[in-house]
Amino acid sequence: MSARFSLASLVLLLALLFAGAAQAVKPDEVLADPALEARARLLSEGLRCMVCQNQSIDESDADLARDLRILVRQRLVAGDTDRQVMDYIVSRYGEFVLLKPRFSPRNSLLWGTPVILLLVGGIFIVLTTRSRRSLATKALSAEEQAALDRMLSD
Amino acid sequence: MVETGHFALVLAFVLSLVQTLVPLIGARTGNQRLMAVGGPVTVTGFALTALSFAALAGAYASSDFSVASVWENSHSLQPLIYKITGTWGNHEGSMLLWVLILTFFGALVAAFGSNLPATLRANVLAVQGAIGATFFLFILATSNPFTRLNPAPIEGRDLNPILQDLGLAIHPPFLYLGYVGFSICFSFSVAALIEGRIDASWARWVRPWTLVAWMFLTGGIAMGSYWAYYELGWGGFWFWDPVENASFMPWLAGTALLHSAIVMEKRSALKIWTLLLAILTFSLSLLGTFLVRSGVLTSVHAFATDPTRGVFILCILTLFIGGSLALFALRAPRLTAGGLFHPISREGALVLNNLFLTTATATVLVGTLYPLAVEALSGGKISVGAPFFNLTFGPLMLPLLVVVPFGPLLAWKRGDVFAVAQRLMAAFAAALLAMLVTGLFIDGASVFAALGVGLAFWLVCGALTDLAVKSGFGNVAPSIMLRRFAGLPRSVFGTALAHLGLGLTVLGIVGTLCFGTEKILSMHAGESVELSGHTLRFEGLYPAQGPNYSEDRGRFSLIGADGGIAAEITSAKRFFPVRQMTTTESGIETLGFSQLYLSLGDEGTDGSVVVRLWWKPLVTLIWGGAFVMMAGAAMSLLDRRLRVGAPSRRRKPAATMPSAGVP
Repeated sequence: MSARFSLASLVLLLALLFAGAAQAVKPDEVLADPALEARARLLSEGLRCMVCQNQSIDESDADLARDLRILVRQRLVAGDTDRQVMDYIVSRYGEFVLLKPRFSPRNSLLWGTPVILLLVGGIFIVLTTRSRRSLATKALSAEEQAALDRMLSD
Repeated sequence: MVETGHFALVLAFVLSLVQTLVPLIGARTGNQRLMAVGGPVTVTGFALTALSFAALAGAYASSDFSVASVWENSHSLQPLIYKITGTWGNHEGSMLLWVLILTFFGALVAAFGSNLPATLRANVLAVQGAIGATFFLFILATSNPFTRLNPAPIEGRDLNPILQDLGLAIHPPFLYLGYVGFSICFSFSVAALIEGRIDASWARWVRPWTLVAWMFLTGGIAMGSYWAYYELGWGGFWFWDPVENASFMPWLAGTALLHSAIVMEKRSALKIWTLLLAILTFSLSLLGTFLVRSGVLTSVHAFATDPTRGVFILCILTLFIGGSLALFALRAPRLTAGGLFHPISREGALVLNNLFLTTATATVLVGTLYPLAVEALSGGKISVGAPFFNLTFGPLMLPLLVVVPFGPLLAWKRGDVFAVAQRLMAAFAAALLAMLVTGLFIDGASVFAALGVGLAFWLVCGALTDLAVKSGFGNVAPSIMLRRFAGLPRSVFGTALAHLGLGLTVLGIVGTLCFGTEKILSMHAGESVELSGHTLRFEGLYPAQGPNYSEDRGRFSLIGADGGIAAEITSAKRFFPVRQMTTTESGIETLGFSQLYLSLGDEGTDGSVVVRLWWKPLVTLIWGGAFVMMAGAAMSLLDRRLRVGAPSRRRKPAATMPSAGVP
């Protein structure tokens, strides 16, 4: 019998610990130059640990994540720009490694949803309130006016 | 006892079918006796589900390893509290908790809904019964918690050590009370669509249920966030993980629903939209259940690899979401639109709130499902993680948060935005001051940090301004003002508290993200380290023994200003032999609203140990703010208006709001 530990909702988040006690960046990895180290940390937060999912390499304790962290730092020390480091890693591991997908036709719906929805929703609201306001302020028909006059004169 | 529980579950399933069909037929044919069947059947169904749940909890408490679920998820050496909470710390048990709460809410409607129109009540119970029936069938067919083992094993396989925490006692029940609470709003909406009309009692009923569900969901999410924060050992409080998103989407949609229901109740406008939102909110709850339970997410969370469950829930999902939306498309045009309003008005502000919240919900939804869609359609793999959500969700929330203080101060129908801006001058000045102080006097404060702090103060002071203006501050004598303040409707306090809590949460997030500091180092016993003005001395590692684990405790002393020991902090690495797993117990010292957080890493060969240390300024406000939001919801529930029945039925004043804790 295989044990299936499908646990209560968010509870499952804690299963991240399966990756081991959370000791991501180790003291021996830290670069001497604080500016370079800060850049390395920022880049690491955008890179996915490929073996433990939904964790960045900055948070993960897996060996592969450590290798990637060291790789990022090596490239930075070698003088790469942030962009060059990311390109290098994507060329080796594929786009899957990026936690923030690139702007590409394939991802257009992903990036476009908030913008499109906000625009369409906004336009819809403006149009409906406009049409309903004009409806509300429309002059009374002769019939209605007559009825009103009758009521008022009573 | 276990067989009794199993039998009760089967009976509850059959009763839920009766609950679905008989009142529905009664409502269609106008047969009072058939409609009246709904109430007693619903209450009995709840009693049977409770019996079934008690039987399972009993099996867990007494470590009856002849039950497969208990054997897989419990151990005789576990402390009793974790034996009991282990009941819902697994798939089967948590589904049973899900239906228990579902039938509980149904029973509340049955017990206290006597002042509802008979057909509406019958239809609501029927829809609630239908949801129940599908989930009972799901449990019995694919996830039976009462499956026996023969021969019975002598010892269990232990509860996942990460779940052996007090968080498991609070987080899932709260989350489910929220998730499933929205089922009532859903049932009311579908019932209204079946009837083809939305009447006054509909509006009065939906809002309190939304408030109850929202309150518990807020608590559940906040509790989950704090649990992850202290248990995972790196001090993150939100990960944009698909499973978190699954609970966050109903929260966002529920927040929108909460606000549009106000417009509907007060001004009988936005009826159709509110109805749709109620359907969507519970649909997102169902979707969340599907995402978590089916294992469709390639997430660390989803361990279930059995597709039968996934397909089953997908069928439930299609039935209810598709069915209700089809019904909506069919019937909504017949519903009459409500009152008119000028764009600059309280209604207009609430519409704006809804626009941003629904867009945010859709963004989270698309972000969560996009990798699945890409993989299914093109076979490619992409990741959508925290950086994406921060970049999209953040900018969507920003304008919304800026306009929050305006909303409650605007008049209904037609408001004066300049008059409101004038009243908010003090709050604006306070926010500006906070921004300047942050930018000029705090080292390393970025422009974002200053803006964030300003925004938080704007929200908090805006909420206070609302109360001040409504009690007549500056216009009347202080004594009259006090009297007016005390006489304000509780829903006004509710709104102010909820918005104030939001401000506190924002302040906590900004404080932690922008001013937090971190240190990673190896330490020997006796060494000291300084972080953001706090000095910590590592006293050494000490082995200790728990009931079902062994641990190495790292003891640290916080050195006070006088050089003495101000506090002791302990962080541990626990080893659970049954599952061969290690967990980190972080050491946390709360100083004011801020926390000093540390966790232990690997031991070096020279007796040193890796220590990660964080200073997290104002971090407790993140969850404190959520708690204040809950208090706001509770305050709104106590509003007299929500406890008083429909005007025509004044005879039973306390009956409409069962969950409000009628005094």
